[in-house]
Amino acid sequence: MNHTPAILILEAGKQSLLSLAPVDLAIIAMYFLAVLGIGFYLKRFAKSGEDFFLAGREMTAWIAGLSFVAANLGSLELMGWAAAAYQYGILATHWYWVGAIPAMLFLGVVMMPFYYISKTHSVPGYLQLRFGEPSRALSAVSFAFMTVLMSGINMYSMALVMKVVLGWDIHFSIWVSSITVAVYVALGGLLSAIFNEVLQFVLIWLGALLIPILGLIEAGGWDGMVQKISERFQGDYTHLWSTMGDFGNNPMGIHWTGIVLGLGWVISFGYWNTDFLVVQRVLAAKDLRSARMAPIIGSFFKMAVPFIVIVPGLLALAVLPIKLVPESQALATGGHSYNEVLPIMLARYCGPGLLGLGITALIAGFMSGMAGNVSAFATVWTYDIYRAFMRKGASDQHYVSMGRWCTILGVLVSIGTAYLVMSFASIMDYVQALFSFFIAPLFGTVLLGMLWKRATPAGGFWGLLTGTVASIGMWAWVKIDPTALRYIALSDKAKDMAENMYRALWSWLACVIVTVIVSYMTKPKPAAELNGLVYGCTELPSEADVPLYKRPVFWAAISATVFLALQIIFW
Amino acid sequence: MHRGGRISIWLFIGTLLLVYGVTILGSGLYELANPPANPTVLAQYHAPIWWGALLLIMGLVYTIAFRPGRKRQ
Repeated sequence: MNHTPAILILEAGKQSLLSLAPVDLAIIAMYFLAVLGIGFYLKRFAKSGEDFFLAGREMTAWIAGLSFVAANLGSLELMGWAAAAYQYGILATHWYWVGAIPAMLFLGVVMMPFYYISKTHSVPGYLQLRFGEPSRALSAVSFAFMTVLMSGINMYSMALVMKVVLGWDIHFSIWVSSITVAVYVALGGLLSAIFNEVLQFVLIWLGALLIPILGLIEAGGWDGMVQKISERFQGDYTHLWSTMGDFGNNPMGIHWTGIVLGLGWVISFGYWNTDFLVVQRVLAAKDLRSARMAPIIGSFFKMAVPFIVIVPGLLALAVLPIKLVPESQALATGGHSYNEVLPIMLARYCGPGLLGLGITALIAGFMSGMAGNVSAFATVWTYDIYRAFMRKGASDQHYVSMGRWCTILGVLVSIGTAYLVMSFASIMDYVQALFSFFIAPLFGTVLLGMLWKRATPAGGFWGLLTGTVASIGMWAWVKIDPTALRYIALSDKAKDMAENMYRALWSWLACVIVTVIVSYMTKPKPAAELNGLVYGCTELPSEADVPLYKRPVFWAAISATVFLALQIIFW
Repeated sequence: MHRGGRISIWLFIGTLLLVYGVTILGSGLYELANPPANPTVLAQYHAPIWWGALLLIMGLVYTIAFRPGRKRQ
């Protein structure tokens, strides 16, 4: 999810944190050769639009599920959330559990049938079928804008990390990583992106898994780690919910209502159910059952990710002889910041060879996120903007060619954004808010569109527009008058994260309320036109003949049970 | 995941893990014979050896199981 905390503002001239041996460089070079080789190999299988933009709709549930999670593991997730764990303790896990699992299960159980049966190629494409062209245009343009901007921000942040951690030239990192992604996605389309995401997911795990394993051995297991943290730091770093009763009672400055309603409901459901970056991976599944199983399989892996991201941050609290500090303090004193926690832990346990594998895991994470952005951008641009409004009725080959070119164009615009951020670092602050501008209201529109047949095209469009404008308006209000925070986030103690969550909640509510009011004032579509798009108008395939252990609902129930057990264990 | 003779993604993964396993295991054995001046924390567990061996075994299993010509869905 695009919610990386404390985005890495790192010192440009600092000495590098790690030095790589020739064997490490060889491992990294082999990774680049592998991803490029996959792209060149798969080019021959990406001939039609269905192949290029939807990977031929033939992925198994496992492949689609792993790709679904890997596309999200990209960007600065690994380093950003390890840093958040060092800063906020286990509270950072909320973004992996309550902020993901219920929404992923909802996608698999409730929403996926409508996306899949409608045969849409994208989320804006679904809005066109359900609400008409104006809604599609609004969501397609906002998604394309948000995607390339986020891709550029992440690219710049990655290059900055590589500079600080490894001493690599910032321009070298930007161009080498982005050209690699552009080549393999332009050659093989979504198929190549998905193949590489699965490879990247495996490498992320194998590269990062040694840190918690060796760290727990050093700390004396989980109990030893908890004891060491409590001896060294004031405050509660190892409980998920028990400190959430008051804004001032936890280092995040968040109340449990913000976590449950803002993060757990609107932001999480909005991201996992309507952000095309992740939904596209599931749409590539070979049949409806695989498409429903994919996010459910993904939920099990998502629940496990804190082991390689959050636990290293907690272990650093327990075992590091130095104390990491906020970025501003690190800049002033020359110390190490929270953001460097994962590379520091990597260097602590991993020598030559393993260090190269760990760095490959970081690069793989960055590239899988970038490829996710670029392939989703290419699809939305080609199908929902170019074909819908610029050139209708061209041949399938023409659109595939356009998809390849706009993959390269998307990467170039991302590079341009990265250089823009290099000149104007404050852009980072604004872009973090983009997610709540567009995704939260979009979730309101898609949810009502799928579950309420009375929702009308006018209701859908005006609700989406109102929610987006309301979100931007609330953000601008707090920027102009910071005291407005107590109205938007319900407390003047609220931090940025809490403000984002409440703003998302209010903009979602604005979207829903306006959609309902306008829908009651306008004429609905006939039920016959809603077949395959809306609950109550769509005949879903019966699962009566499917054994229980093969049903998505059965596995969703198991995932939900594990999720609840984890909340209780770490309460 | 085979279509029109397409190689499975698991073969790509298996091959890369195999190469990584050999490289990291080799690096670990070299380190065992020539201990570094500044060892990492818990270096006495020789993580590169057993982690490299694990990657090698996983890589071998996937490479053999998903080799071209073997029919598998």
